[in-house]
Amino acid sequence: MLSVTVSSGVVVLVGAVFLASAVEMIEALTIVFAVGHTRGWRSAFEGTIVALLCLGALVAAFGPALVHVPLDLLRLIVGGVLLIFGLQWLRKAVLRSSGLKAKHDEDEIYRDAVAELSAQPTNAGRDRVSFVMAFKGVFLEGLEVVITVLTLGTSAHRLGLAVIVAAVAIVLVGILGVVVAKQLSSVPENAMKMAVGVLLVSYGTFWTGEGLKVHWPGGDTMLVGLVAIYLAITWLYVAWLRSSAPKQTTEVSV
Amino acid sequence: MNKQPSFPVRVLKGFGMFWWDFLVGDTPEIFVAVLVIIGVVALLSESGHFNAAAAIVLPVLGVGTLGASLWRAKRAAGK
Repeated sequence: MLSVTVSSGVVVLVGAVFLASAVEMIEALTIVFAVGHTRGWRSAFEGTIVALLCLGALVAAFGPALVHVPLDLLRLIVGGVLLIFGLQWLRKAVLRSSGLKAKHDEDEIYRDAVAELSAQPTNAGRDRVSFVMAFKGVFLEGLEVVITVLTLGTSAHRLGLAVIVAAVAIVLVGILGVVVAKQLSSVPENAMKMAVGVLLVSYGTFWTGEGLKVHWPGGDTMLVGLVAIYLAITWLYVAWLRSSAPKQTTEVSV
Repeated sequence: MNKQPSFPVRVLKGFGMFWWDFLVGDTPEIFVAVLVIIGVVALLSESGHFNAAAAIVLPVLGVGTLGASLWRAKRAAGK
């Protein structure tokens, strides 16, 4: 009989990688759609494919290399990076939820990209502007996915699983984007970012502790406890900040 | 005449800028706080008696860092 043991660490790993990849894919897809609709799909696809190949090469190059780093050192570095990265995500999501920061507006990003692209002269044949814009959008958003996959995957000794989960998220969002044929602006991106922030901070706290030889009460199960603690605190921080008058600002960050 | 840096220099500069933006960006307080957290927890966990305390101090400092950064953003928004 085949028995499958799924630890709490694996659940958090899958959740964090899936949501982070989905959020970044939405942002990348918005740029690719803007390029494709404005200047044609050929160069947009080429830029996307080259960017994906570069990202795949980065995972292939650094993934196996990271496995050779001593585990405690790897977990300490990964924990520190995830703690910084997760706190940045969580801070942004809390500020957006409380109204102190404008929500990430995919429609506005799309309009801005279209305006920028329309102002550039078009060439017959291969379009360098389209290629560069699609490449840059996919590569920069994808780089965050690569860092999440490499750090979480290698420190948990589950790099293969992390790569598969990221690929599934990217394909699913891609299909969804093509099917609904719009910029996915109706996806609750802020809620997803908040969830990713909580998961990354929890993982960051856990791995930092492991790297420093802290004995967590309950072992791996403490990871679930950390998720619960950070969720509750995030809710409290949003409630605290909502008591301030919301200031609407226009922010478009790609 | 404006001489453009060579390709390796541009790549290195871009690489450095990426990590600076990624780890420090517009929230240097988070970067500094995480370094302090690592230092404090390392000291606590090294001395065997305080290892249990390190398991409490680590998430508490994480929560405190987020609160301090949000407070800073709230103050900035109020100006």
